[in-house]
Amino acid sequence: MIDVIDLKKTYGKLDVLKGITTSIKPGEKIAIIGPSGSGKSTFLRCLNRMEEPTSGLIIFNGQGITDRKADIDAHRRQMGMVFQHFNLFNNKTVLDNIMLAPVYLALRDLRRLKWRNRLIRLRNLFRREKLPLHPINTSKAQIKAEARETALRLLKRIGLEDKAHVYPSTLSGGQKQRIAIVRALAMNPKVMLFDEPTSALDPEMVGEVLDLIRQLAHEGMTMVIVTHEMGFAREVATRVLFMDGGSIVEDDAPERIFTNPQHPRTKEFLSKVL
Amino acid sequence: MGNFDKKLERFWEVFIEHGGYVKVLTGLQNTVYIAVAGLAIGILIGTLIAIIRVSPKNNGLLKTLNSLCVFYVGLFRGTPIVVQLLVAYYVMLPMIGVNIPALQVCVLVFGLNSAAYVSEIMRSGILSVDPGQMEAGRALGLNYRVTMLKIVIPQAVKNIVPTLGNEFISLIKETSVVSFVGAADLYVAFNYIGSNNYEFMVPYLVMALIYIALVAVAALIIRQLERSLRKSDRRH
Ligand SMILES: Nc1ncnc2c1ncn2[C@@H]1O[C@H](COP(=O)(O)OP(=O)(O)O)[C@@H](O)[C@H]1O
Ligand SMILES: [Mg+2]
Repeated sequence: MIDVIDLKKTYGKLDVLKGITTSIKPGEKIAIIGPSGSGKSTFLRCLNRMEEPTSGLIIFNGQGITDRKADIDAHRRQMGMVFQHFNLFNNKTVLDNIMLAPVYLALRDLRRLKWRNRLIRLRNLFRREKLPLHPINTSKAQIKAEARETALRLLKRIGLEDKAHVYPSTLSGGQKQRIAIVRALAMNPKVMLFDEPTSALDPEMVGEVLDLIRQLAHEGMTMVIVTHEMGFAREVATRVLFMDGGSIVEDDAPERIFTNPQHPRTKEFLSKVL
Repeated sequence: MGNFDKKLERFWEVFIEHGGYVKVLTGLQNTVYIAVAGLAIGILIGTLIAIIRVSPKNNGLLKTLNSLCVFYVGLFRGTPIVVQLLVAYYVMLPMIGVNIPALQVCVLVFGLNSAAYVSEIMRSGILSVDPGQMEAGRALGLNYRVTMLKIVIPQAVKNIVPTLGNEFISLIKETSVVSFVGAADLYVAFNYIGSNNYEFMVPYLVMALIYIALVAVAALIIRQLERSLRKSDRRH
């Protein structure tokens, strides 16, 4: 699903990623662990080009997203991203947070289709054999209604339907993060990228967020999750990458990483955090 | 103070009987018009400049535009508005050979001038919005422009309403120089009343009071606006 080939990232003189090669298959749940500053976030953020890689290839669904010409926005719509600090839109209600992107994009597509049909009609004026119009089987109202329905269903799923019309500033961290997750889900992504989704939460709210991520995992969502929750990584991940100093030092099944790490740096790291 | 009573009487006479109040009303109208229209133009152009200035400069066009904006802001902030008015009215217009009424020229110059200040206010407003907001929009597949317009700018505007309000109040006060190019503002009106019998004390005093009242009303509107914006934040 995602192939990463010799990915490098430098900030000035600092080599943050020193050539990462790996591949993520559909259905995999990959946990990335490692000391702080090892390049975990940078790696994750290169996957949807939130950071511009310095060199290397990232291939998503057979298309190079590191190409200059790639439509990065189109790729990002298929890759949900969840941030440490939630990043809900402060000027939008919870419902609008979830609906904004799907509605905007669907309306834009509808608008484009209508313009194309107008052009076709114009051309048809001068043609004997009429060109067929693009079929349009939706409307502005329908798009909004459907997006609203989806958003409310997602909110219901996380038990926050009563928060649909409040602004993010009134929510707890756990609520914000769960809403951020369903906001990403509303785009129907093929893969979810999580960057320390529970690190900014008070301890009592970590559980509710991990529960939601666990559910997604059980439903078969492909995911990459940078985390310090070793127990969670061990339980949910199908593969664990241990990163240190800008490289993947160890890449193995969680059982082996956590019970029988091969590399001394993995051992050292795990002995500190477990 | 008997003297003052007399002056007041004379002022009243000119104000009512010689049509002074018509001039004052016209002046008031022009003052408000220049300030409001100027601010509107300033917000429009200023926002555009601010967006260009905060955009990532990843191509030559944006770099050039950015330099142009820096130059523009420097130019308009580096010269007094009177000079800008004089240059626009007595240099630029004759040079391009068009005839625009002084009032319209004032609106334009105040707008362009205000754009320079608003762009800096707006820029700092945009920079004060958490970068995570832009990231979240981009991560959802919205492009830079859409995220800017739908997410970042609305939050920036909310943060800068008080500062924009100050800009509006400055604008109101600065309009008092438009008579340099012959536009009829409050100063022109009260000067007319004063020259009628060479008695300027009361007219200028009243003029000051009107400016104070004008600024007070503007401040009230701004405070109201701020409050309603804050309320929308906490709606349940
Ligand atoms: N925008 C940036 N500019 C310069 N250095 C950066 C930037 N972002 C990250 N770094 C550096 O890159 C290294 C890796 O950062 P990061 O990927 O955030 O690590 P991790 O997520 O594993 O803690 C760190 O040394 C950090 O200081
Ligand atoms: Mg990190």
